[in-house]
Amino acid sequence: MENGLAAVGIGPFLSVGAILLVLGVFGIFLNRKNIIVMMMSIELILLSANLNLVAFSAAHGELSGQVFTLFSLTVAAAEAAIGLAIVTVYFRNRGSIQVEDVTLMKG
Amino acid sequence: MITQITFYLFATILVLCAGMVVSARNPVHAVLFLILGFFNAAGLFLIAGAEFLAMILVIVYVGAVAVLFLFVVMMLDVNFNQLREGLQRYAPVGAAIGVALLAELIFTVGRLKLVPGVQEPTLPGPQISNTEALGRLIYTDYVLLFQACGLVLLVAMIGAIVLTLRDRPSARRQNISLQHARLPADTMEMMQLEVGAGTDALGGFIRPRDGYGATAEPIDARALPARRSDEKLGA
Repeated sequence: MENGLAAVGIGPFLSVGAILLVLGVFGIFLNRKNIIVMMMSIELILLSANLNLVAFSAAHGELSGQVFTLFSLTVAAAEAAIGLAIVTVYFRNRGSIQVEDVTLMKG
Repeated sequence: MITQITFYLFATILVLCAGMVVSARNPVHAVLFLILGFFNAAGLFLIAGAEFLAMILVIVYVGAVAVLFLFVVMMLDVNFNQLREGLQRYAPVGAAIGVALLAELIFTVGRLKLVPGVQEPTLPGPQISNTEALGRLIYTDYVLLFQACGLVLLVAMIGAIVLTLRDRPSARRQNISLQHARLPADTMEMMQLEVGAGTDALGGFIRPRDGYGATAEPIDARALPARRSDEKLGA
């Protein structure tokens, strides 16, 4: 079961997680106008966090990390559902999803 | 050896997919690359020994979240080319921040030392599967957190429904009290029919004559139960 991690080592797992995190942050800055791609970048960031949690869980022989990953998956799913609902409502009201137009609450 | 080859295959495809997600010109392609990336991440989870989480990732992310993204992307009629206008303006900032973040992460991970034996391994032996071990943990030590997760999902579901539900004035809703107050005279008309003539020719009506909310007498909510009991007594 942990043979996979023992064979690969924890370093490559963490590297993949780090690259995913950086790509997610880069995606948020790159797609400043497209809220949907920004949300997909947030999903990538959460995935990298989950990958790190699973890797450390396997490295320590401790299942708590996987339990925590389960919870963070739940929160990520809820976040995606609420976020996309907000995007849908906003598009219905304004006819666009331009992030820069969302300045209604600016003082 | 085969494990390492599999790991690097999955990891390479995952990173390439993530790069395509953030740089794809068409958001539908971005979602499809996201789905492929999730599949490869599930493969990485499998290599790390988290079988249950790998399956959950495929079911929840690919089956629900990514399809939700796909649905929203294809449903919203957005000019996506217009959304990509400021790309060159934002790319240097994003690249700078990404490089800084990556440098910090490399610095941190490079100095990482795992301390063995900090905690007694709770990972079970080969006689018990990952799913069963996770279930034993979730339903004992983490049962309150597990319930809280259910609450989070419930609130998210209610929130999404409340946000996207809209009242259309033209919608025909069921009015229970009106339905209960209907009398035969509201909807039925007894006519003497000539042989060979239809109701239309005789000035009959196709119900309802006055629309769906019509009743023979005005409805008084307080009088309703009394009248109904009268009818029952009379019958």
